[in-house]
Amino acid sequence: MDFWLTDEQQALADMVAAFAADRFPPEHTAVTEDTDEVVNPTAWSALGELGVFSLTADGMGVREAAVVFEQLGRGLVPGPLVATWLAAGLIDGAADGTVAVTLCEPQPDATLVEHAAMAPVCLVFTDEALWSVPTASLRPVRVERPLDAGAPVWQVTDDVNPAGLGGTQLASGEEALTLWRTGVVLTAAMAAGVAAGAGELATAYAKEREQFGRPIGGFQAVKHLCADMLVHTEVARSAVYAAACALDGASDDDPGVAVSAAKVVAGEAALANGRAGIQVHGGMGFTWEVHAQRYWKRAVTLDATFGTADTHALRVADAL
Amino acid sequence: MDLRYTDAEEQFRLELRTWLASVLPDVGPPPARDDWQARRDYDAAWQRMLFDAGYAGINWPAEYGGRGATPTEHLVFLEETERARAPYVGMNFVGLLHAGPTLVVEATDAQKTAHLPGILRGDQIWCQGFSEPNAGSDLASLRTKAVRDGDDYVLSGQKIWTSFAHVADYCEILVRTDPDAPKHKGITWLILPMDTPGIDIRPLRTMEGSTEFAEMFLDEVRVPVANRVGDENDGWRVAMVTLSFERGTAFVSEMLQTLELCRDLAELARHITRGSATAWDDQGLRRELGHLAAELDALWALTKRNISEATRTGLVGVGGNVFKLAYSDLRHRLGELALRLLERASLSLDDLGELPTGRHVQGRIHGISISIAAGTSQVQKNIVAERVLGLPKDR
Repeated sequence: MDFWLTDEQQALADMVAAFAADRFPPEHTAVTEDTDEVVNPTAWSALGELGVFSLTADGMGVREAAVVFEQLGRGLVPGPLVATWLAAGLIDGAADGTVAVTLCEPQPDATLVEHAAMAPVCLVFTDEALWSVPTASLRPVRVERPLDAGAPVWQVTDDVNPAGLGGTQLASGEEALTLWRTGVVLTAAMAAGVAAGAGELATAYAKEREQFGRPIGGFQAVKHLCADMLVHTEVARSAVYAAACALDGASDDDPGVAVSAAKVVAGEAALANGRAGIQVHGGMGFTWEVHAQRYWKRAVTLDATFGTADTHALRVADAL
Repeated sequence: MDLRYTDAEEQFRLELRTWLASVLPDVGPPPARDDWQARRDYDAAWQRMLFDAGYAGINWPAEYGGRGATPTEHLVFLEETERARAPYVGMNFVGLLHAGPTLVVEATDAQKTAHLPGILRGDQIWCQGFSEPNAGSDLASLRTKAVRDGDDYVLSGQKIWTSFAHVADYCEILVRTDPDAPKHKGITWLILPMDTPGIDIRPLRTMEGSTEFAEMFLDEVRVPVANRVGDENDGWRVAMVTLSFERGTAFVSEMLQTLELCRDLAELARHITRGSATAWDDQGLRRELGHLAAELDALWALTKRNISEATRTGLVGVGGNVFKLAYSDLRHRLGELALRLLERASLSLDDLGELPTGRHVQGRIHGISISIAAGTSQVQKNIVAERVLGLPKDR
């Protein structure tokens, strides 16, 4: 047993972290958010060139993907990242970043699709299979004010029946299930990264912001919030890595339970840290200018993707 | 990054499992909780069996009679003994996991010869005299004084939380040898034989109702200078040595028990009647339990991460503090859920017919101790914030 990042995995994480900070700095995000295409085709192909979507073709597993997606979440990199990763090898152009692929998760009362303008193809998981449909066939209508400005959403009001929409079945049975589980764990990995990023931002602020003549991070009430954020992050990462091991066959754990546990724990960590990160920033945390709010909003977006923590908690319970 | 055990680790597991299956049928049930002498005999006998089979001091260096096992083998050892419901380390805890490792690093040859084999064989039971009524989280402010008188130190003061003091042979004790020095610089680490005149032990009843803890009063107790471990006034450093022995395995048995407790809670919910259905039909309860079970799985993964880090670097990093903080919080929530599930049945510490109330109510009370023992969660958060995150030390 060696449940620790290998040197190669650590190098991969460092590389993606540096790329995210360079190519998608918070300033960039603040400029492009609220537009139809928060990521332009050039930036998207840079992700493709980095190899984010072609990890499997490059001989890497879900573990490496989890390490990469954790850093993408930590850097608040926008775009339909998980869906495009899943589509690589199944849809032409997904792997190299020339085509962005989004995801439609039909919900009885309101179906929302992220990044519909930049993604011509859309994945749909049914009970039995994974399909792709032309995004346009869903007749998506832009929601004027999305919660997460870095993840604009479009509403789909028609019934989502992939076969009737000129869709293509990409996978079925076990294969489709494994892809769905991989989507769950990569979304959880991004949530763990969001938890980390929110904690780091708040901790840095707590060191420099002074009130009552000293840094607020010296007050136990504030430093304990920061410590809690680190605890949430480390527990979330552990769950995500364990789930990735299970999907790679590098564990004896049941993959279904492991990915649901990861989604629960990482989703809760991102929401808790997003909330605490704003709190540590005080009034400034409530402003658009400060990035603290972006972590919380991304946490909400990720929790609502590939099943909320609550729905996955029921799956974990049913396995008890 | 791989959670699978290697062939060598599985081989170790198989041998241990075979041995456990061969000896456990001859090990009787544990004695009554407050029958201290019987418990001592029971724990010592088990330690002797481990010793004879080569499993004593699993993580101790081989040159001192230990097995010199890797952190992962230690994990496997704890997994298998728990799975087989073998006796716990019990009263051998302080000797095997605290005083012994300290002696391995800091003691003179004579001290090692006098104590290490005895600890491994289960012949010597140790207790710990660190905390005092006014030195809890702020341990370094301890005041039990030791005055040099010829070849002896003369000890006077009061210790608290001294588990098993009434049946222990020796006590690892921290005393104040220089009251004028800064608080960390005037402490000395001594081996105190528990049959020395002047020691008065009074049991301290815990909220569990047990008398495992004790207060220890010292009145002019003479300890030979030869029993000092490390230099005079260097005891704080000596006491910290034990921490460097932690390889992420400290809570493995606890974790395994809690995983089982969680599964049992689900089983219990399936049997408890609620209206015309069972408690398990309550989706709110299932969801809550699912959240807790997911966190528990995450903490089991974190345990393996910590052990893997220790294997690589020799030390557990922040993961140790993180584990304790998250685990104690989780135990509080899991325990409260159990009580809510049991409703009025939670008012009994005894099992009620078919209903295993005792285990869950007892488990709830035990959970309360975890966020306090070995550093309260509040102190743990200060440590994480200051030493790991680099936040200012101001209070």
